[in-house]
Amino acid sequence: MTNTSAQITIVDTGVANTASVSASFKRLGCSVSLTNDPDLVRDAPLAVLPGVGSFASGMRALRSHALAEVVIERVQKNCPLLGICLGLQLLCVSSEESPGIDGLGVINADVTRFPTSVRTPQHGWNRVDDGYAYYSNAYRIALIPPGWSGQLSEHGGPFVAYLRRGTTLACQFHPELSGAWGANLLKKWIETAKEASPC
Amino acid sequence: MLTRRIIPCLDIENGRVVKGIKFANMRDAGDPVEQAIKYELDGADELVMLDISATVRGRATALEIVHAVRCVLPIPLSVGGGVRSVEHAIDLLHAGADKVGINSAAVDNPGLLRELADQVGAQCVVLSIDAARRTNAIGWEVVTRAGTNRTGIDAIEWARDAESMGAGEILLTSFDQDGTRSGYDTALLKEVRSVTTLPVIASGGADSAQHMFDALEAGADAVLAASIFHDQGTTPNQLKAQLAQRGIEVRQS
Repeated sequence: MTNTSAQITIVDTGVANTASVSASFKRLGCSVSLTNDPDLVRDAPLAVLPGVGSFASGMRALRSHALAEVVIERVQKNCPLLGICLGLQLLCVSSEESPGIDGLGVINADVTRFPTSVRTPQHGWNRVDDGYAYYSNAYRIALIPPGWSGQLSEHGGPFVAYLRRGTTLACQFHPELSGAWGANLLKKWIETAKEASPC
Repeated sequence: MLTRRIIPCLDIENGRVVKGIKFANMRDAGDPVEQAIKYELDGADELVMLDISATVRGRATALEIVHAVRCVLPIPLSVGGGVRSVEHAIDLLHAGADKVGINSAAVDNPGLLRELADQVGAQCVVLSIDAARRTNAIGWEVVTRAGTNRTGIDAIEWARDAESMGAGEILLTSFDQDGTRSGYDTALLKEVRSVTTLPVIASGGADSAQHMFDALEAGADAVLAASIFHDQGTTPNQLKAQLAQRGIEVRQS
């Protein structure tokens, strides 16, 4: 795999596996910075919103650093943004995990828990497209919302593997932990986002 | 469909991979970074690193090793061994672990899992259970400190309570089977499977694809092994090919 040179800005909310995300981009040859400064996130050529932990703690972290509006603005203006796991869910309207907490609302979907018929949390590799992606989640979006394209995986019925619109890519799985397949997906996102970015 | 995982385990002491039987007779088995790269290329779905260092200096080295492995490893990394506090667990996550296994400390302080889960999310929290058959009764009890401390806690009840305690996964090691190469304790796995919906990683006793098949049939979501990889040079991909032939869903890379 040929290396890419790109500047990646990781939104550091304090509730994410930033070490793994950072390492995955560095392996691709990117320079990586972590920040919770809204101005730096707004001006970043390529921004990543990672996240593990609960929906409520993720939203609290975004709001306390005045990052919520900046992330919404990036999606609305089609400035490149990659959401990972909770980072995808935070872009939605709400989550069953944290009733009464508003999400960022740029994806018109509600996040719900996997049915009780399947192992929860889903820890492991599940099929997406032509490969396998690593998931670590108890909640998910069940349907691809209007206005977005994407792919589904299967765990107690179909659920959203990733969503795409313009230069925004939001993955329920962890591309940074999904081996060579995940690395290739990150590389493609960087290349297409850099080319198509209006920012 | 969610596939079953094959997970090599690296025992780390003072920055080196070591191997032994029943936590004893350790000998050097190589560099953790080199081994991590090799296992990933050979089809490992995840790696577990257990720090068995007994000294403060050894544990500090483990943080550096976690970071060094993280830099090269594009699959999940779970780290355990001697994790006694929320601070220690968070240090490991910051160094690059994706999950942290808590064993003895959860017995001493069951509130530790919840405290950690509230800060980092339950999906980062693994309850490691070392279970031994009771000597004078049926069932299994939790043992700690490399098996030297028999706690009297019922291992099945302990597994049942794992989710409410804050864990997102169970690493279930049979103390009786560990190092014997005679197969996982499938009776233990079936009992644990019946009381929790959390993912369960089977550990202790693996020597063949047949053993792994038996554990997966007994309800394990993943199988962990060490000597089958270290000593025999069998690769995860070879085992997966055999499991796939028998109808087990695995990630073929």
